Amino acid sequence: MSSNSQKKGFGATIWDYMTTVDHKKIAILYLISGGFFFLVGGVEAMMIRIQLMKAGNDFLSAGTYNEVLTMHGTTMIFLAAMPILLAFMNAVSPLQIGARDVAFPFLNSLGFWLFFFGGIFLNLSWFLGGAPDAGWTNYASLALASEGHGIDFYSLGLTISGFGTLIAGINFLVTIINMRAPGMTYMRMPLFTWTTFVASALILLAFPPLTVGIFFMVFDRLFGANFFDVTMGGNTIIWEHFFWIFGHPEVYILILPAFGIFSEIFAIFSRKRLFGYTALVFATILIGFYGFMVWAHHMFTVGLGPTANAVFALATMIIAVPTGIKIFNWLLTIWGGSISFTVPMIYAVAFIPSFVAGGVTGVMQAIAPLDYQLHDSYFIVAHFHYVIVGGVVLAILAGTHLYWPKMFGTMLSEKLGKWTFWFFFIGFHLTFFIQHFLGLMGMPRRVYTFGADQGWDLFNAISSAGAFFMAIGVIILLVNVVMTVAKNERVGNDPWGDGRTLEWAIPSPPPFYNFAQTPLVRGLDPYWIEKMEGNKEGMVYAEPLGDIHMPNGSIIPFVISFGMFVAAFGAMYHMDDHAWALPVLIVGLAITFGSMLVRSLKDDLGFHISKEELIADNERIQKEARALEGGKKGGLK
Amino acid sequence: MDLNKRYTPQTWPDHPETATLEGKNKFVGFWLLLAAETVTFASLFATYLALKDKGPSGMEFSAAGLFELPLVFAMTMLLLTSSLTSVYAMYHMKNHNFKAMQAWLGITVLLGLAFLGLEIYEFNHYVHLGFGYTNSAFSSAFYTLVGTHGAHVVFGLSWFIALMLRNAKRGLNMYNAPKFYLASLYWHFIDVVWVFIFTVVYLMGVIG
Repeated sequence: MSSNSQKKGFGATIWDYMTTVDHKKIAILYLISGGFFFLVGGVEAMMIRIQLMKAGNDFLSAGTYNEVLTMHGTTMIFLAAMPILLAFMNAVSPLQIGARDVAFPFLNSLGFWLFFFGGIFLNLSWFLGGAPDAGWTNYASLALASEGHGIDFYSLGLTISGFGTLIAGINFLVTIINMRAPGMTYMRMPLFTWTTFVASALILLAFPPLTVGIFFMVFDRLFGANFFDVTMGGNTIIWEHFFWIFGHPEVYILILPAFGIFSEIFAIFSRKRLFGYTALVFATILIGFYGFMVWAHHMFTVGLGPTANAVFALATMIIAVPTGIKIFNWLLTIWGGSISFTVPMIYAVAFIPSFVAGGVTGVMQAIAPLDYQLHDSYFIVAHFHYVIVGGVVLAILAGTHLYWPKMFGTMLSEKLGKWTFWFFFIGFHLTFFIQHFLGLMGMPRRVYTFGADQGWDLFNAISSAGAFFMAIGVIILLVNVVMTVAKNERVGNDPWGDGRTLEWAIPSPPPFYNFAQTPLVRGLDPYWIEKMEGNKEGMVYAEPLGDIHMPNGSIIPFVISFGMFVAAFGAMYHMDDHAWALPVLIVGLAITFGSMLVRSLKDDLGFHISKEELIADNERIQKEARALEGGKKGGLK
Repeated sequence: MDLNKRYTPQTWPDHPETATLEGKNKFVGFWLLLAAETVTFASLFATYLALKDKGPSGMEFSAAGLFELPLVFAMTMLLLTSSLTSVYAMYHMKNHNFKAMQAWLGITVLLGLAFLGLEIYEFNHYVHLGFGYTNSAFSSAFYTLVGTHGAHVVFGLSWFIALMLRNAKRGLNMYNAPKFYLASLYWHFIDVVWVFIFTVVYLMGVIG
């Protein structure tokens, strides 16, 4: 935060964040709320592992266990992993392409608030009569029979937050298509921007089927429709198809940005350009493309028939090829590099074997006959935690350390970061490696307890012990964050010293207009090129200094999202014949559509920063940078 | 962008909808939104085809017995014509002829309202026959698919009306030209979806 904003009072800062359309501030909002939900999901995970610590445990009742299990999966995927990745996409990719903002700053804010209110709505279920309990996949045959409002919280909450994600996806696509700086051709885009681009395309095409499926669920449960009711001619398999047509691309929506973060890390800390950049780009596109062709491998045991199973099995195995290409490219990037083992780099190096292990078990499950054996066992649980924790969560932790200075202007402690890493990494393998064997020994997933005579005691105890290691790692990270914020030691443009892309050429955190002058990009890794040519400024410019046009902040996104939040309560309690439910639904929708209309009818042309203000601001930035340099020399050495 | 800048047909750009960066962003973003809408309707069509004529045992309704082509043909003609009139409106928008654009948009809205009236009549008729939303899986799928399209028509009409009223006294400028253009793009999309509904639901339904 600049010295300007530090003078603001607490209330003014809150208002500033509620109305902001600045992608860097929205990134911080995503990081904080995603981080909060990550902790909530983590507590739920700990409850699961405590319950399964020993045979016949009664820490949680069977019903509560179902709720905790469902909310753990749903929270981690929709409310933790995706928003935190969206935080990095917001914080970094506009900077990487040399843009002053995203294409739709207003929609960017709307996307965040929809996600936020959807997540809050879903989690309020804990206090309002019980959480959803049909698993994060919410299969219709289970969900339709679920009593209370848990499933409705799931459906309506995910609908609201899903709209937010869709909006974010469209925004990034347009930003990357239209807002690239001169010279930033597609094949010069940093890998993280590329993965943001492809993941956004997946969001665009994968979220509508989920929305449609969820709407069917809402109509069936609340308005008496019959999509999934077999006695009325419905078909419960339709839900499974829609869920997985969304659900499989969803895992690539998560893992591709993770690949992007690791690609940046490997290049920066090996001090080499990425090996096989072109191959990495095309592997990313191929993974995105194949991601839509494999959904039925989640449904091998449904009975789609041998032909369908064979086709989806083959398609699934093919995905391993572009993924393997990426693994080799990363290894060859490290090869012969001048490596520095910073915290992000340690995570990146640890990611490769962990993720490969998850990938190998994935190919095993692609073999349909074998999948009949593995289906619904702990082997599956082990597999997807290896790819999601070993891939996505490691990337989130690595990205938090890597991009923290760019987002906040301070460095997380490397020492505490290494402690977090070792606790988390050892805990992760301790928890999940042994679950492969539990699965092979026949332990089914989603059971709330097991018997003492089944021989699963020891392995479950080990798995639970590992979970505590991970929890300690996360607690150390929180301590690290608090200490870093308290110390508030400012850093310069390129705190890692080996930044290669444009975001490292500007101050940390960047001024709200990002680039006083739009940069001219002369090749892949533009900042590295300028550094190598001895350009002290780190950039060449595509335009002279002039007035900059910026968008106005607005509270309307918050109000639109709040209206949907209110309407969701009305829709949900309408089923119980409460007299107040219908008015609440109508008022909520009126708030939403009314504020959309206000947005439409009111002219909002933004404002201009004059050349003089830019020059003054630049002098302030220079002064701060010099003070930082002086402080460093006079300080430690 | 200066809202007070006055344009003449001579100074008005050939493609006002993409002449500014904001316009370009809206143009690309809206096409992407239509891609998402296409996937939405594809999902609804797939569900409809899976659940067509499916209901509780002994259900008396079937697509072949229920739908009547003359009414649906009239609806189709109304909507197709409204698509054509919105093209005329955009032709005048590109020539900076605000009054002609408003007039053609007005005709478009009237045709759209007529379509909507017939659709409400049609639904009402089915409900009176006992074919309500909760009657069967078939009825749920039918009303959800066609009703979602109808909701799009309502939204498109509201959009046109809001734009016409808001800009009635201001005329065309670079700020609202992309808005008019996108509303008409949306209208075409609705029309294309209807062509599929006419074919898949009604024609294929009557054939049996």
